[in-house]
Amino acid sequence: MKKTGNKLDRELPGKLIAVEGLDGSGKSTQISLLKRWLEIGQHKVFFTEWNSSPLVRRATRTGKRNKSLTPSTFALIHCTDFADRYERQILPLLHAGFIVLADRYIYTAFARDAVRGCDREWIRKIYSFARPPDLTFFFHVPLQVALNRILEGRPRLKWYEAGMDLQLSMDPYESFRIFQGRIQDEYLRMADNCKFLTVDAGNAPQLQQKLMRKVINQRINLEKYKWPVHLIPPDRSHLYHALR
Amino acid sequence: MRYDKDNGKQIYGTLLPNLNPASLKGRLIVVEGADGSGRSTQVGLLQDWLEENGYATVQVGLKRSMLAGQELERAMQGHTLSPITFSLFYATDFADQLEQEIIPALRADFIVLADRYIYTTMVRDIARGMNPDWVRDVYSIALVPDIIFYLDVSPKVLAERTLRKNSVLSYWESGMDIRRSGDWYECFIRYQRQVHKVFEGMATAYGFEVVDGNRTPLQVAADLRRRMRALLGMEARSSAKKARKKRRAEKA
Repeated sequence: MKKTGNKLDRELPGKLIAVEGLDGSGKSTQISLLKRWLEIGQHKVFFTEWNSSPLVRRATRTGKRNKSLTPSTFALIHCTDFADRYERQILPLLHAGFIVLADRYIYTAFARDAVRGCDREWIRKIYSFARPPDLTFFFHVPLQVALNRILEGRPRLKWYEAGMDLQLSMDPYESFRIFQGRIQDEYLRMADNCKFLTVDAGNAPQLQQKLMRKVINQRINLEKYKWPVHLIPPDRSHLYHALR
Repeated sequence: MRYDKDNGKQIYGTLLPNLNPASLKGRLIVVEGADGSGRSTQVGLLQDWLEENGYATVQVGLKRSMLAGQELERAMQGHTLSPITFSLFYATDFADQLEQEIIPALRADFIVLADRYIYTTMVRDIARGMNPDWVRDVYSIALVPDIIFYLDVSPKVLAERTLRKNSVLSYWESGMDIRRSGDWYECFIRYQRQVHKVFEGMATAYGFEVVDGNRTPLQVAADLRRRMRALLGMEARSSAKKARKKRRAEKA
């Protein structure tokens, strides 16, 4: 499969682990626990978040503020954001043998953009430069549970976050409910095809974490990803004492 | 592809949500060509002429979107744009203009003049090693224009005109981001030759009207008007004159 000059079938030294799921599914908690576990074990690990490239931040903000983003430009600007992180961080890190942890990956776009009415094929094609993760954990939580977690404090929902651009309802909370429900449907639709490892996000957090660590230990030889002793990032107080 | 008023517009493959291309009655006129090909001059002349003849027009072009135009310009000042990102940022800029400017104008039966459309960006991407299929897929949301003029100018003439106008060659137009030599002039010529080759390859597939841009601006403009008259079904100037003479003769 030759795409955009990248050889996606070529195995890279690094490993890519992604988490996907609704807002309020607990995936961010779980991936930060994974990160801590790998860091403490002195592994080469890097964490990256959706929608965080400085390159297009201003343009995205403009579009969101003016509510001028359409389904297609929403899709393309997020794809640009992702491409920037992918080309400058994720891919080099995988070449350099890191474990890259991604809080949301291309499936977030597949789900959201499809709900917004973009052609599913087209979305997959524009993201076809991206390698599929080695492991994708999907946090499956009943819709109502996720909604309760997010809406409990009645936060101010942002326009696009609530899916107001889809004109599902005049009420942002109602709109958010319908929007999230449709995103969940999209996730479930692609679960098999995209080889999601489904985590029952209704379970206790420590139980979910235990399961994830077990899967990772089975699928990835973590020993390979330990920092060589001389490259372990030194703790400053340790250096200080050594100097005395 | 020929203009057919009853059929509205066609798309290259991917239908935008909530779009009925058949409802787009206006005309989409594209002028492509490298910097220094006289493209913007010719687009301006065409616009003047169309407006003089009573046609409502709007102009679009690269990096002119409300959404991404300024940011894209800013990003190009730095040197951190990787090829896929570069490509997608331009696609965002295009899509915003397509939906916010081009489609509404066509719906209102305007003539849209595109001072470059998707082809320049596609060519650049391909010259930077992108997979042509991927590039085509990204831009498959585009509308098929009624006519695509390609101002064909030799790299040597482009270099002369650019240097006369700006006294320096542009970083991106010289392909300095993918340079193979430290010599700007040589980089420019090599890069433009490569771009030219990709353009030529697309000419048949996309039905470009190749216009010899090495001639004087007036010659090129006359050529473009002649082709536009045919497209719009306007009477040729000479036959219009003849018709007027004939009417006058009949009155007398």
